Amino acid sequence: MTEILIQLAYLFAAFLFITALRALGRPDSARRGMQLAAFGMAVAIIATLFHAGVVSYEWIVVGAAVGAVAGYPLGMWVPMTAMPQRIALSHAFGALAAALVGIGEYIIGFSGGTLVRSTVAALGLEVLFGGVTVTGSLMAFGKLQEILPGRPLTFRGQNAINALLFAACCGCVVWLIAFPTQVAVFSAMATLAVLLGVLFVLPIGGADMPVVVSLLNSYAGLAAVATGFAIDNNILIIVGALDGLSGLILSIAMSKAMNRSFANVLFGAFGAPITDAPAATAAGGEMSATTVEDAALRLAYAERVIMVPGYGLAVSQAQHQMRELGDLIEKRGGDVRYAIHPVAGRMPGHMNVLLAEAGVPYDKLIDMDEINERFVETDVAIVVGANDVVNPAAHTNPASPIFGMPILKVEDAKSVLVLKRGKGKGFSGVENDLFVDPKTSMLFGDARQSLLDLGLQVKEA
Amino acid sequence: MPITTIIQLFVFMLAGFVGVQTINRIPPLLHTPLMAATNAISGISLVASLVLAGSGDGVLATVLGTTAVACAMANIVGGFLITDRMLSMFKRTKTAVTDNSKDGASSAATP
Repeated sequence: MTEILIQLAYLFAAFLFITALRALGRPDSARRGMQLAAFGMAVAIIATLFHAGVVSYEWIVVGAAVGAVAGYPLGMWVPMTAMPQRIALSHAFGALAAALVGIGEYIIGFSGGTLVRSTVAALGLEVLFGGVTVTGSLMAFGKLQEILPGRPLTFRGQNAINALLFAACCGCVVWLIAFPTQVAVFSAMATLAVLLGVLFVLPIGGADMPVVVSLLNSYAGLAAVATGFAIDNNILIIVGALDGLSGLILSIAMSKAMNRSFANVLFGAFGAPITDAPAATAAGGEMSATTVEDAALRLAYAERVIMVPGYGLAVSQAQHQMRELGDLIEKRGGDVRYAIHPVAGRMPGHMNVLLAEAGVPYDKLIDMDEINERFVETDVAIVVGANDVVNPAAHTNPASPIFGMPILKVEDAKSVLVLKRGKGKGFSGVENDLFVDPKTSMLFGDARQSLLDLGLQVKEA
Repeated sequence: MPITTIIQLFVFMLAGFVGVQTINRIPPLLHTPLMAATNAISGISLVASLVLAGSGDGVLATVLGTTAVACAMANIVGGFLITDRMLSMFKRTKTAVTDNSKDGASSAATP
């Protein structure tokens, strides 16, 4: 009877979780949906405490208390700019939980002599995905937090070694299915998985992390699915499938936005430095610099303005200054929108969160596809700390390494103002034709200071 | 292969279809909250950790289970808190009123 009630509680929780994800489709219903999901989680946890297998509670209380104490700062104190590494770290936690449960269940099954093939297959996959995700996520965390060097670390035969390791892991799983009680094989597989996680993220650079973090999200989900199969628990299968697919969909979207094929991503061959950068820009010409006064005057009398924030904006912490400038232009009667490229931040949707935090209303944050039609009728487009995502070479120059990448069509605007630190090249080392376009004016200097000065001048204009 | 495994494969497949349908409807605007949300929800693996930690099946199982409980609990508490914190920042343009972004009212109350 208790078992049935527990399963009904899980069913209820699964319903609330799916409802919550549906509610996430709209910003005004999202928050309520997630609160319901939290309630569903509480119901599922309380129901589990009545499980017949749970005979002692003291260690549960200890673990839960430690986890809650660790979780609070992870939820409340982490700044929004640190969101990518925060998410990477929680993938590591989730995967560690799955991997440890997998190991624990294997040990119990081994000592009890109850290991059957289907369970061992699931446990094997659980520990495999869990192990890879734990170390992979910790590596991603280290790179994003800049504890580890952010540049790609490569060595000869890297892909061959990774492929070999992966094959060895799969071989171990197959071996375990044939001979479920081989503890040595199980341990070897866990060790290899942990090693594979390290080696898989090693060659990937900091700017490619949106794809990796999403992919690790997917792996963490698959580990949860395997847990569900191993312990006959449907809610874990459902949640793991949702988690795994969400990660997969996001990483495919990210790799598209970064102009990489998904196969390229899956085999970890990405992040290699681009060596064949073209010698010169197709258009040639000089950048024309402008002054704060001139730029501000144009902004003050512009009817339609689009802000184009890039990662450089987040680096110089200038989101608030950008929003203030936008507010001042709007006060004078101008219409201000914010164009968000999918890889503007360090993880999917990151720039939206950063600007929302700065107080930009979400109906002003417009996705790439939607805003690209609006550039034609825009008086001034302001590019701040973005380079490759606004480079027209992605459309016009087949020789460019970023050719084919979806970009914001800033070049369609009537005039363009680019805020840039110096005259250097972008992250990928590609020349940007937009900067030498006759209708583009460059405002050199620190983005935060420039936005602040522009705001002051617009106010006085 | 036991019959329960087959049923589980059905559950997995259907959940997969629901997942694709649901997640594709989520706008890029909310992709970061989505990642935080799936992270929080996947903390449901806590139910597996709880059973292991409370099973009384020897010291090793208890240690592994307790660590897993702590990890999963950290994800649940941290995940739901940060998702809520993020979603509370997404506000609509206030009509007529120009700038009062400090308004803590629920975003559900939109015109």
